[in-house]
Amino acid sequence: MASIDSGGGDGGHKKGPGVKKAKKLSTRVDMTPMVDLGFLLITFFVFTATMSSPKAMDLRMPKDVKDSTQQNEAKESGALTIMLGKGNQVYYYEGKLDESASNFKSATWKEIRDEIIDKKKRVMEKHQHDYNYPESECKKRQQKAKEDKNPDWQDACLDRDFVVIIKPSQDATYKNTVDILDEMKINQVKTYAMVKIFPQEYELIQATEKNNPNLK
Amino acid sequence: MPSVKIPRKSTDTDMTPFVDIAFLILSFFIMATKFKPPEPVEIKTPGSVSSKELPPDDAILMTIDTANRVYFTVLAEKDKSIFDDVLKKVGTIRSLTFTNDQIATYRKTYAVGVPFSQLNSLLDMDPENQNPGTQPGIPVMDSVDNQLVSWIQAAKQVYAERQRKLKYLIKGDGESKYPTFEAVISALKKNDEFKFNLVTALEDAPTGSAMDKAIRKGIKIE
Repeated sequence: MASIDSGGGDGGHKKGPGVKKAKKLSTRVDMTPMVDLGFLLITFFVFTATMSSPKAMDLRMPKDVKDSTQQNEAKESGALTIMLGKGNQVYYYEGKLDESASNFKSATWKEIRDEIIDKKKRVMEKHQHDYNYPESECKKRQQKAKEDKNPDWQDACLDRDFVVIIKPSQDATYKNTVDILDEMKINQVKTYAMVKIFPQEYELIQATEKNNPNLK
Repeated sequence: MPSVKIPRKSTDTDMTPFVDIAFLILSFFIMATKFKPPEPVEIKTPGSVSSKELPPDDAILMTIDTANRVYFTVLAEKDKSIFDDVLKKVGTIRSLTFTNDQIATYRKTYAVGVPFSQLNSLLDMDPENQNPGTQPGIPVMDSVDNQLVSWIQAAKQVYAERQRKLKYLIKGDGESKYPTFEAVISALKKNDEFKFNLVTALEDAPTGSAMDKAIRKGIKIE
């Protein structure tokens, strides 16, 4: 076992007759208990160690405006509305909700990511040729992309019409809300807003949920 | 027949290097371990790809637990007098009075999760007995009297007087429901605060996603 041996052998020399040899005590110390304790502490610290520190996610909310004329209107062609329902279910529609709600679709989390990517691509394709869109907002975006060392900085303005509107319903969990905000970051959606759900949309979600009684 | 003598070898192995390494690991863990601050309630935060560090001080933390209860915490370890001022200020706003003992208790109170009607009795309790799990939570769902508004207002004023920047943190349990979160946000909005941080755990960006590609190209992501 681990121990310190500082020479307890017979290294002494004869002192001659009559000189009594002092009894040599071994200096070997049994270190087993110490090592035991050491491992006990290791296990304790391994278990209690919190390696990943919590992170923060930025969230900016718009100011509530009572006057509807001051609100920004999303372009219908580039709008994607995502609603969050019960049991990790996601619902979405593109543009405006039809009278008959025929463009109201339900999706899973995997499908919603593909839908966001697809929609973004379609919106960007529409603007493929007007690189020199004169709006100052556009110039700002390109400038920023240049500063961020993006090689495709000229394309930075292509997705200017792409807006995702997030509407968590009363039954959505906080996790789903954070997940969808995260999805915006993952897919680099530049314009998105979190808005209160319309009663009409909530009814649609509830009607869909009725067909799927396993949802919790 | 001559018998072959097998030399007896000692079974004693020298464990010194092994023990050396063990103690090295032990010292590493002792140094690296940061003990979690006491939490009012166990919160399982959702994951996100955000890698921003959390502001450690000069912030107020609004916690939402699994049962949708809201707690209010002032994070001001460096300057404890902020606690006193926040409590006094909230007293002025809500016309409540506190004894010196109660103010002293508030310094040690980790989280407040009671309506104002019960605040005095909470502060009469020994900090060790103020189990947040038994507290009903700050009433936020009533849009007319969202009591969190007063707490935020008090903290905001105290920090404005000191001319220091205050950060707003929302730490919600993944299982909590959206309406509570919305109520907390509306309390912040009523105080004209529109920028806040959500406390999350780190996750990697999925491979092949736009963000992942941007990171690979070395593009800065805000």
